[in-house]
Amino acid sequence: MSQGRPTQRTMIAAASVPRLPSHVKLRHDAARERWVILAPERLLTPDAIALEVLKLCDGERSVDGIADLLADRYAAGKDQILGDVMSMLQDLADKGVITA
Amino acid sequence: MSAELGDSSEAVTALTAPIGLLAELTHRCPLQCPYCSNPLALERVDGELGSDIWQDVLAQAAELGVLQLHLSGGEPTLRRDLEDIVGRAASLGLYSNLITAGVLLTRDRLAVLAERGLDHVQISIQDSDAANADRIAHYAGGHAKKLEVARWTRALKLPLTINAPIHRQNIDSLPAIIELALELGAHRLEVAHVQYYGWALENRQALMPTRAQVLNSAELVDQARARLKGVLVIDFVVPDYYARRPKPCMGGWGRGIMTITPSGNVLPCHAAQSIGGLAFDNVRQRRLKDIWFHSAAFQAFRGTHWMREPCRSCDLRELDWGGCRCQALAFTGSAANADPACDKSPAHAAFTAIAEAEAGRPAPPFHFRRPRAGRHAG
Repeated sequence: MSQGRPTQRTMIAAASVPRLPSHVKLRHDAARERWVILAPERLLTPDAIALEVLKLCDGERSVDGIADLLADRYAAGKDQILGDVMSMLQDLADKGVITA
Repeated sequence: MSAELGDSSEAVTALTAPIGLLAELTHRCPLQCPYCSNPLALERVDGELGSDIWQDVLAQAAELGVLQLHLSGGEPTLRRDLEDIVGRAASLGLYSNLITAGVLLTRDRLAVLAERGLDHVQISIQDSDAANADRIAHYAGGHAKKLEVARWTRALKLPLTINAPIHRQNIDSLPAIIELALELGAHRLEVAHVQYYGWALENRQALMPTRAQVLNSAELVDQARARLKGVLVIDFVVPDYYARRPKPCMGGWGRGIMTITPSGNVLPCHAAQSIGGLAFDNVRQRRLKDIWFHSAAFQAFRGTHWMREPCRSCDLRELDWGGCRCQALAFTGSAANADPACDKSPAHAAFTAIAEAEAGRPAPPFHFRRPRAGRHAG
Protein backbone atom coordinates (compact mmCIF):
# COMPACT_ATOMS: atom_id res chain seq x y z
CA MET A 1 0.00 0.00 0.00
CA SER A 2 1.59 3.28 -1.02
CA GLN A 3 -0.19 6.61 -0.59
CA GLY A 4 -3.67 5.30 -1.17
CA ARG A 5 -6.28 4.86 1.46
CA PRO A 6 -6.53 1.21 2.53
CA THR A 7 -9.51 -0.57 1.03
CA GLN A 8 -9.60 -2.96 3.95
CA ARG A 9 -8.52 -2.84 7.58
CA THR A 10 -4.75 -3.01 8.04
CA MET A 11 -3.99 -5.97 10.29
CA ILE A 12 -0.67 -5.69 12.08
CA ALA A 13 1.40 -8.87 12.14
CA ALA A 14 4.96 -9.53 13.27
CA ALA A 15 6.14 -9.32 9.67
CA SER A 16 4.31 -6.03 8.96
CA VAL A 17 6.46 -3.03 8.11
CA PRO A 18 4.73 -0.06 9.71
CA ARG A 19 5.16 3.58 8.85
CA LEU A 20 3.34 6.87 9.14
CA PRO A 21 1.33 7.81 6.02
CA SER A 22 2.61 10.98 4.37
CA HIS A 23 -0.25 13.08 5.74
CA VAL A 24 0.40 12.07 9.35
CA LYS A 25 3.09 14.14 11.01
CA LEU A 26 5.05 13.25 14.11
CA ARG A 27 6.55 16.48 15.31
CA HIS A 28 7.91 18.15 18.40
CA ASP A 29 5.57 20.68 19.98
CA ALA A 30 8.05 23.18 21.34
CA ALA A 31 5.45 25.37 23.04
CA ARG A 32 4.33 22.47 25.21
CA GLU A 33 7.60 20.50 25.33
CA ARG A 34 6.13 17.26 24.05
CA TRP A 35 5.73 15.23 20.87
CA VAL A 36 2.46 15.17 18.96
CA ILE A 37 0.97 13.24 16.07
CA LEU A 38 -0.88 15.53 13.67
CA ALA A 39 -3.53 14.06 11.40
CA PRO A 40 -6.71 15.48 9.84
CA GLU A 41 -8.71 17.00 12.72
CA ARG A 42 -6.70 14.84 15.11
CA LEU A 43 -4.02 15.56 17.61
CA LEU A 44 -2.60 12.63 19.52
CA THR A 45 -0.08 12.87 22.31
CA PRO A 46 1.93 9.64 22.43
CA ASP A 47 3.36 8.59 25.77
CA ALA A 48 7.09 7.84 26.06
CA ILE A 49 6.73 4.22 24.97
CA ALA A 50 4.44 4.93 22.03
CA LEU A 51 6.80 7.69 20.94
CA GLU A 52 9.75 5.34 20.99
CA VAL A 53 7.87 2.81 18.89
CA LEU A 54 6.64 5.45 16.44
CA LYS A 55 10.16 6.71 15.88
CA LEU A 56 11.14 3.18 14.91
CA CYS A 57 8.33 2.93 12.35
CA ASP A 58 10.51 3.98 9.44
CA GLY A 59 8.98 1.89 6.67
CA GLU A 60 11.97 -0.48 6.73
CA ARG A 61 11.90 -2.23 10.09
CA SER A 62 9.30 -4.93 10.67
CA VAL A 63 7.25 -5.11 13.85
CA ASP A 64 9.36 -8.11 14.78
CA GLY A 65 12.53 -6.07 14.23
CA ILE A 66 11.16 -3.26 16.38
CA ALA A 67 10.40 -5.75 19.18
CA ASP A 68 13.92 -7.19 18.89
CA LEU A 69 15.43 -3.76 19.21
CA LEU A 70 13.31 -2.81 22.22
CA ALA A 71 13.91 -6.17 23.92
CA ASP A 72 17.61 -5.58 23.52
CA ARG A 73 17.41 -1.97 24.65
CA TYR A 74 15.51 -2.80 27.83
CA ALA A 75 16.80 -6.32 28.46
CA ALA A 76 13.18 -7.47 28.53
CA GLY A 77 11.31 -10.51 27.25
CA LYS A 78 10.68 -10.21 23.53
CA ASP A 79 7.37 -12.07 23.47
CA GLN A 80 5.80 -9.65 25.89
CA ILE A 81 7.17 -6.65 23.99
CA LEU A 82 6.08 -8.01 20.62
CA GLY A 83 2.54 -8.46 21.90
CA ASP A 84 2.43 -4.97 23.37
CA VAL A 85 3.86 -3.35 20.23
CA MET A 86 1.44 -5.19 17.96
CA SER A 87 -1.58 -4.16 19.97
CA MET A 88 -0.40 -0.54 20.12
CA LEU A 89 0.22 -0.43 16.36
CA GLN A 90 -3.12 -2.09 15.60
CA ASP A 91 -4.85 0.64 17.60
CA LEU A 92 -2.91 3.32 15.71
CA ALA A 93 -3.65 1.64 12.37
CA ASP A 94 -7.36 1.66 13.20
CA LYS A 95 -7.07 5.39 13.84
CA GLY A 96 -5.40 5.87 10.47
CA VAL A 97 -2.12 6.96 12.04
CA ILE A 98 -0.07 3.94 10.93
CA THR A 99 -0.04 2.07 7.66
CA ALA A 100 1.74 -1.17 6.87
CA MET B 1 -17.63 22.79 10.02
CA SER B 2 -17.14 21.17 13.32
CA ALA B 3 -14.38 22.30 15.56
CA GLU B 4 -13.74 19.09 17.33
CA LEU B 5 -10.21 17.94 17.87
CA GLY B 6 -11.16 14.30 18.10
CA ASP B 7 -8.70 12.47 20.26
CA SER B 8 -7.08 15.60 21.57
CA SER B 9 -5.92 15.01 25.08
CA GLU B 10 -6.08 18.67 26.00
CA ALA B 11 -7.84 18.23 29.29
CA VAL B 12 -5.72 20.94 30.79
CA THR B 13 -7.00 23.33 33.37
CA ALA B 14 -4.20 25.87 33.22
CA LEU B 15 -4.50 28.38 30.41
CA THR B 16 -2.35 27.28 27.53
CA ALA B 17 -1.78 28.29 23.97
CA PRO B 18 -4.33 27.45 21.28
CA ILE B 19 -3.90 24.24 19.27
CA GLY B 20 -5.99 25.24 16.28
CA LEU B 21 -6.46 28.34 14.20
CA LEU B 22 -9.47 28.69 11.90
CA ALA B 23 -8.48 31.24 9.28
CA GLU B 24 -11.48 32.60 7.44
CA LEU B 25 -9.60 33.98 4.47
CA THR B 26 -12.72 35.46 2.89
CA HIS B 27 -16.46 35.40 3.36
CA ARG B 28 -17.01 35.35 -0.40
CA CYS B 29 -18.42 32.06 -1.68
CA PRO B 30 -20.09 30.92 -4.88
CA LEU B 31 -22.36 28.57 -2.91
CA GLN B 32 -25.40 29.75 -0.97
CA CYS B 33 -25.94 26.92 1.52
CA PRO B 34 -28.75 27.79 3.92
CA TYR B 35 -26.73 26.53 6.92
CA CYS B 36 -23.54 28.48 6.18
CA SER B 37 -21.41 28.91 9.31
CA ASN B 38 -20.43 32.46 8.37
CA PRO B 39 -22.19 35.25 10.24
CA LEU B 40 -25.37 36.79 8.83
CA ALA B 41 -23.43 40.01 8.38
CA LEU B 42 -20.85 38.84 5.85
CA GLU B 43 -17.58 40.76 5.68
CA ARG B 44 -16.79 42.58 2.45
CA VAL B 45 -13.89 41.93 0.14
CA ASP B 46 -12.41 45.40 0.58
CA GLY B 47 -11.86 44.76 4.29
CA GLU B 48 -9.94 41.51 3.83
CA LEU B 49 -6.44 41.16 5.25
CA GLY B 50 -3.65 41.23 2.70
CA SER B 51 -1.25 38.39 2.12
CA ASP B 52 1.56 40.07 4.08
CA ILE B 53 -0.61 40.34 7.18
CA TRP B 54 -1.75 36.73 6.95
CA GLN B 55 1.85 35.61 6.60
CA ASP B 56 2.80 37.54 9.72
CA VAL B 57 -0.24 36.25 11.59
CA LEU B 58 0.69 32.64 10.77
CA ALA B 59 4.18 33.22 12.14
CA GLN B 60 2.70 34.69 15.31
CA ALA B 61 0.34 31.70 15.57
CA ALA B 62 3.13 29.15 15.22
CA GLU B 63 5.22 30.97 17.81
CA LEU B 64 2.25 31.01 20.16
CA GLY B 65 1.89 27.23 19.86
CA VAL B 66 -0.75 26.69 17.18
CA LEU B 67 -0.27 23.29 15.49
CA GLN B 68 -3.23 23.02 13.15
CA LEU B 69 -4.30 25.58 10.59
CA HIS B 70 -7.73 25.38 8.99
CA LEU B 71 -7.89 27.49 5.85
CA SER B 72 -11.53 28.25 5.43
CA GLY B 73 -13.98 30.90 4.34
CA GLY B 74 -16.32 31.48 2.65
CA GLU B 75 -14.43 29.84 -0.11
CA PRO B 76 -10.67 30.11 0.54
CA THR B 77 -9.70 29.31 -3.05
CA LEU B 78 -11.08 32.72 -4.02
CA ARG B 79 -7.89 34.13 -2.50
CA ARG B 80 -5.26 34.38 -5.20
CA ASP B 81 -2.55 34.30 -2.56
CA LEU B 82 -3.69 30.95 -1.14
CA GLU B 83 -0.55 29.28 -2.48
CA ASP B 84 1.67 31.70 -0.55
CA ILE B 85 -0.36 31.26 2.61
CA VAL B 86 -0.10 27.47 2.31
CA GLY B 87 3.63 27.73 1.63
CA ARG B 88 4.11 29.89 4.68
CA ALA B 89 2.15 27.45 6.85
CA ALA B 90 4.29 24.56 5.65
CA SER B 91 7.53 26.41 6.35
CA LEU B 92 6.29 27.14 9.87
CA GLY B 93 5.40 23.49 10.50
CA LEU B 94 1.66 24.18 10.77
CA TYR B 95 -0.54 21.26 9.74
CA SER B 96 -2.64 22.83 6.99
CA ASN B 97 -6.16 21.80 6.15
CA LEU B 98 -7.94 23.38 3.18
CA ILE B 99 -11.67 23.51 3.83
CA THR B 100 -13.20 24.07 0.43
CA ALA B 101 -16.35 23.73 -1.65
CA GLY B 102 -13.98 22.74 -4.41
CA VAL B 103 -16.02 24.17 -7.26
CA LEU B 104 -13.47 26.82 -8.25
CA LEU B 105 -10.35 24.64 -8.16
CA THR B 106 -8.45 23.46 -11.19
CA ARG B 107 -6.28 20.38 -11.12
CA ASP B 108 -3.21 22.52 -11.80
CA ARG B 109 -3.90 24.79 -8.87
CA LEU B 110 -4.50 21.87 -6.55
CA ALA B 111 -1.17 20.40 -7.69
CA VAL B 112 0.59 23.66 -6.87
CA LEU B 113 -1.03 23.73 -3.42
CA ALA B 114 0.19 20.17 -2.84
CA GLU B 115 3.69 21.16 -3.93
CA ARG B 116 3.65 24.13 -1.59
CA GLY B 117 3.03 21.74 1.31
CA LEU B 118 -0.72 21.51 1.81
CA ASP B 119 -1.34 18.64 4.24
CA HIS B 120 -5.01 17.86 3.82
CA VAL B 121 -8.12 18.73 1.81
CA GLN B 122 -11.67 18.79 3.13
CA ILE B 123 -14.46 19.02 0.58
CA SER B 124 -18.06 19.59 1.55
CA ILE B 125 -20.90 17.82 -0.20
CA GLN B 126 -24.54 18.73 0.17
CA ASP B 127 -25.98 15.30 -0.67
CA SER B 128 -25.08 12.14 -2.59
CA ASP B 129 -27.84 13.03 -5.05
CA ALA B 130 -26.53 15.62 -7.50
CA ALA B 131 -29.82 17.39 -8.16
CA ASN B 132 -30.65 17.77 -4.48
CA ALA B 133 -27.07 18.78 -3.65
CA ASP B 134 -27.12 21.53 -6.26
CA ARG B 135 -30.51 22.70 -5.05
CA ILE B 136 -29.28 22.98 -1.45
CA ALA B 137 -26.09 24.83 -2.43
CA HIS B 138 -28.04 26.85 -5.02
CA TYR B 139 -25.24 26.23 -7.49
CA ALA B 140 -25.87 24.35 -10.72
CA GLY B 141 -23.31 21.67 -11.53
CA GLY B 142 -21.57 22.08 -8.19
CA HIS B 143 -21.88 18.49 -7.04
CA ALA B 144 -20.31 17.00 -10.18
CA LYS B 145 -17.44 19.46 -9.91
CA LYS B 146 -16.88 18.55 -6.27
CA LEU B 147 -16.59 14.87 -7.14
CA GLU B 148 -14.06 15.72 -9.83
CA VAL B 149 -11.99 17.78 -7.37
CA ALA B 150 -12.19 14.99 -4.79
CA ARG B 151 -10.75 12.59 -7.37
CA TRP B 152 -7.96 15.02 -8.26
CA THR B 153 -7.20 15.32 -4.55
CA ARG B 154 -6.66 11.59 -4.27
CA ALA B 155 -4.80 11.37 -7.59
CA LEU B 156 -2.40 13.99 -6.22
CA LYS B 157 -1.95 11.78 -3.14
CA LEU B 158 -3.44 14.35 -0.80
CA PRO B 159 -5.53 12.96 2.07
CA LEU B 160 -9.22 13.72 1.75
CA THR B 161 -12.04 14.38 4.16
CA ILE B 162 -15.59 14.55 2.90
CA ASN B 163 -17.71 16.82 5.04
CA ALA B 164 -21.44 16.23 4.78
CA PRO B 165 -23.70 18.66 6.66
CA ILE B 166 -26.80 16.65 7.56
CA HIS B 167 -30.38 17.93 7.92
CA ARG B 168 -33.94 16.87 7.16
CA GLN B 169 -33.56 17.47 3.42
CA ASN B 170 -30.66 15.03 2.93
CA ILE B 171 -30.67 12.77 5.98
CA ASP B 172 -32.26 9.87 4.07
CA SER B 173 -29.18 9.84 1.82
CA LEU B 174 -26.80 9.04 4.67
CA PRO B 175 -26.06 5.43 3.58
CA ALA B 176 -25.36 6.67 0.05
CA ILE B 177 -23.19 9.51 1.38
CA ILE B 178 -21.07 7.00 3.29
CA GLU B 179 -20.70 4.90 0.13
CA LEU B 180 -19.78 7.99 -1.88
CA ALA B 181 -17.03 8.92 0.59
CA LEU B 182 -15.67 5.38 0.29
CA GLU B 183 -15.81 5.41 -3.48
CA LEU B 184 -13.99 8.74 -3.60
CA GLY B 185 -11.15 7.28 -1.53
CA ALA B 186 -11.72 9.60 1.42
CA HIS B 187 -9.71 8.90 4.56
CA ARG B 188 -12.25 10.56 6.75
CA LEU B 189 -15.94 11.43 6.63
CA GLU B 190 -17.59 14.06 8.76
CA VAL B 191 -21.27 13.34 9.20
CA ALA B 192 -22.04 16.72 10.67
CA HIS B 193 -25.58 17.44 11.70
CA VAL B 194 -26.20 21.12 11.06
CA GLN B 195 -25.61 23.32 14.08
CA TYR B 196 -28.30 25.92 14.46
CA TYR B 197 -26.59 29.30 14.61
CA GLY B 198 -26.60 32.17 12.16
CA TRP B 199 -27.87 31.11 8.76
CA ALA B 200 -28.93 27.68 9.98
CA LEU B 201 -30.96 29.26 12.76
CA GLU B 202 -32.72 31.38 10.10
CA ASN B 203 -33.49 28.14 8.26
CA ARG B 204 -34.13 25.92 11.25
CA GLN B 205 -37.57 24.73 10.28
CA ALA B 206 -36.39 23.91 6.77
CA LEU B 207 -33.48 21.87 8.18
CA MET B 208 -34.47 20.30 11.50
CA PRO B 209 -34.76 16.50 11.40
CA THR B 210 -37.04 14.52 13.69
CA ARG B 211 -35.68 12.82 16.79
CA ALA B 212 -36.23 9.43 15.13
CA GLN B 213 -34.21 10.53 12.10
CA VAL B 214 -31.36 11.69 14.32
CA LEU B 215 -31.31 8.43 16.28
CA ASN B 216 -31.37 6.47 13.04
CA SER B 217 -28.44 8.47 11.67
CA ALA B 218 -26.44 7.68 14.83
CA GLU B 219 -27.21 3.99 14.40
CA LEU B 220 -26.13 4.07 10.74
CA VAL B 221 -22.87 5.76 11.69
CA ASP B 222 -22.19 3.17 14.40
CA GLN B 223 -22.74 0.35 11.93
CA ALA B 224 -20.55 1.98 9.29
CA ARG B 225 -17.76 2.61 11.80
CA ALA B 226 -17.72 -1.06 12.77
CA ARG B 227 -17.81 -2.20 9.16
CA LEU B 228 -15.16 0.29 7.99
CA LYS B 229 -12.77 0.14 10.93
CA GLY B 230 -9.27 0.91 9.74
CA VAL B 231 -10.58 2.02 6.33
CA LEU B 232 -12.64 5.15 6.82
CA VAL B 233 -12.62 7.33 9.93
CA ILE B 234 -16.13 8.68 10.51
CA ASP B 235 -16.67 11.63 12.79
CA PHE B 236 -20.23 12.29 13.85
CA VAL B 237 -21.46 15.67 15.01
CA VAL B 238 -24.86 15.44 16.66
CA PRO B 239 -27.56 18.09 16.63
CA ASP B 240 -27.93 19.20 20.20
CA TYR B 241 -31.65 20.01 20.16
CA TYR B 242 -32.35 16.39 21.08
CA ALA B 243 -29.40 16.01 23.44
CA ARG B 244 -29.40 15.82 27.23
CA ARG B 245 -26.01 17.42 27.71
CA PRO B 246 -24.47 20.26 25.74
CA LYS B 247 -21.37 19.81 23.64
CA PRO B 248 -18.15 21.37 24.94
CA CYS B 249 -18.41 24.06 22.27
CA MET B 250 -14.96 24.83 20.81
CA GLY B 251 -13.58 22.64 23.60
CA GLY B 252 -14.38 25.54 25.90
CA TRP B 253 -14.30 29.26 25.19
CA GLY B 254 -10.75 30.41 24.59
CA ARG B 255 -9.22 27.06 25.51
CA GLY B 256 -7.90 25.47 22.34
CA ILE B 257 -9.13 27.15 19.19
CA MET B 258 -9.39 30.62 17.77
CA THR B 259 -10.90 32.08 14.63
CA ILE B 260 -9.63 35.00 12.60
CA THR B 261 -12.21 36.64 10.33
CA PRO B 262 -11.37 37.93 6.83
CA SER B 263 -10.83 41.44 8.20
CA GLY B 264 -8.64 40.25 11.07
CA ASN B 265 -10.98 40.12 14.04
CA VAL B 266 -9.90 37.41 16.45
CA LEU B 267 -12.76 35.38 17.88
CA PRO B 268 -13.06 32.59 20.45
CA CYS B 269 -15.56 30.96 18.08
CA HIS B 270 -16.60 31.71 14.54
CA ALA B 271 -20.11 32.71 15.64
CA ALA B 272 -18.98 34.85 18.59
CA GLN B 273 -19.87 38.10 16.87
CA SER B 274 -23.52 37.22 17.36
CA ILE B 275 -22.98 38.05 21.03
CA GLY B 276 -23.61 41.76 21.43
CA GLY B 277 -21.48 43.78 23.79
CA LEU B 278 -18.28 41.83 23.21
CA ALA B 279 -15.42 43.86 21.75
CA PHE B 280 -13.12 41.90 19.48
CA ASP B 281 -9.49 42.74 18.91
CA ASN B 282 -7.98 42.80 15.45
CA VAL B 283 -4.62 41.47 14.29
CA ARG B 284 -3.94 44.85 12.66
CA GLN B 285 -3.83 46.45 16.10
CA ARG B 286 -2.72 43.81 18.59
CA ARG B 287 -0.40 40.81 18.70
CA LEU B 288 -2.10 37.45 18.51
CA LYS B 289 -0.54 36.22 21.75
CA ASP B 290 -1.73 39.27 23.64
CA ILE B 291 -5.23 38.85 22.21
CA TRP B 292 -5.37 35.16 23.15
CA PHE B 293 -4.23 35.62 26.72
CA HIS B 294 -5.62 39.02 27.60
CA SER B 295 -8.35 40.33 25.31
CA ALA B 296 -11.72 41.09 26.88
CA ALA B 297 -13.62 38.86 24.45
CA PHE B 298 -11.47 35.82 25.25
CA GLN B 299 -11.63 36.47 28.98
CA ALA B 300 -15.40 37.02 29.03
CA PHE B 301 -16.41 33.33 29.02
CA ARG B 302 -13.10 31.59 29.59
CA GLY B 303 -13.04 29.08 32.41
CA THR B 304 -15.93 29.07 34.90
CA HIS B 305 -15.89 32.50 36.56
CA TRP B 306 -18.80 33.79 34.46
CA MET B 307 -21.11 30.87 35.15
CA ARG B 308 -24.51 31.07 36.79
CA GLU B 309 -26.61 28.20 38.05
CA PRO B 310 -27.11 25.44 37.03
CA CYS B 311 -23.56 25.54 35.60
CA ARG B 312 -21.79 27.12 38.56
CA SER B 313 -22.26 24.14 40.88
CA CYS B 314 -22.40 21.46 38.18
CA ASP B 315 -19.87 18.63 38.31
CA LEU B 316 -19.57 18.76 34.53
CA ARG B 317 -18.65 22.44 34.35
CA GLU B 318 -15.05 21.75 33.40
CA LEU B 319 -16.04 19.07 30.90
CA ASP B 320 -18.62 20.86 28.76
CA TRP B 321 -17.78 24.41 29.90
CA GLY B 322 -21.47 25.28 29.95
CA GLY B 323 -21.95 24.42 26.27
CA CYS B 324 -22.40 27.06 23.60
CA ARG B 325 -22.51 30.77 24.52
CA CYS B 326 -24.11 31.78 21.23
CA GLN B 327 -26.94 29.28 21.65
CA ALA B 328 -27.46 30.36 25.25
CA LEU B 329 -27.80 33.95 24.07
CA ALA B 330 -30.03 33.19 21.10
CA PHE B 331 -32.42 31.10 23.13
CA THR B 332 -32.35 32.46 26.69
CA GLY B 333 -31.41 36.08 26.11
CA SER B 334 -28.12 35.88 27.99
CA ALA B 335 -24.83 34.38 26.87
CA ALA B 336 -23.98 33.63 30.52
CA ASN B 337 -26.86 31.21 30.95
CA ALA B 338 -26.51 27.47 30.52
CA ASP B 339 -26.78 26.19 26.97
CA PRO B 340 -30.45 25.18 26.55
CA ALA B 341 -29.23 21.90 25.05
CA CYS B 342 -28.55 20.85 28.65
CA ASP B 343 -31.53 19.29 30.38
CA LYS B 344 -30.51 21.10 33.57
CA SER B 345 -31.33 24.37 31.83
CA PRO B 346 -34.79 25.77 32.63
CA ALA B 347 -35.10 26.48 28.89
CA HIS B 348 -34.41 22.91 27.81
CA ALA B 349 -37.99 21.69 27.54
CA ALA B 350 -38.98 24.61 25.31
CA PHE B 351 -35.80 24.16 23.28
CA THR B 352 -36.55 20.50 22.54
CA ALA B 353 -40.22 21.27 21.91
CA ILE B 354 -39.27 23.75 19.18
CA ALA B 355 -37.22 21.13 17.37
CA GLU B 356 -39.98 18.56 17.59
CA ALA B 357 -42.62 21.03 16.41
CA GLU B 358 -40.57 22.37 13.49
CA ALA B 359 -39.45 18.92 12.37
CA GLY B 360 -43.10 17.88 12.29
CA ARG B 361 -44.20 20.75 10.05
CA PRO B 362 -43.61 21.05 6.30
CA ALA B 363 -40.27 22.55 5.38
CA PRO B 364 -40.52 26.17 4.24
CA PRO B 365 -38.38 27.43 1.32
CA PHE B 366 -34.72 28.01 2.09
CA HIS B 367 -33.45 31.44 2.95
CA PHE B 368 -30.23 31.14 0.98
CA ARG B 369 -27.00 32.67 2.20
CA ARG B 370 -26.44 35.88 0.29
CA PRO B 371 -24.49 39.04 1.04
CA ARG B 372 -26.49 41.70 2.85
CA ALA B 373 -29.55 39.48 2.92
CA GLY B 374 -30.16 40.61 6.47
CA ARG B 375 -32.50 39.00 8.91
CA HIS B 376 -36.08 38.06 8.31
CA ALA B 377 -38.52 40.38 9.94
CA GLY B 378 -39.59 39.17 13.35
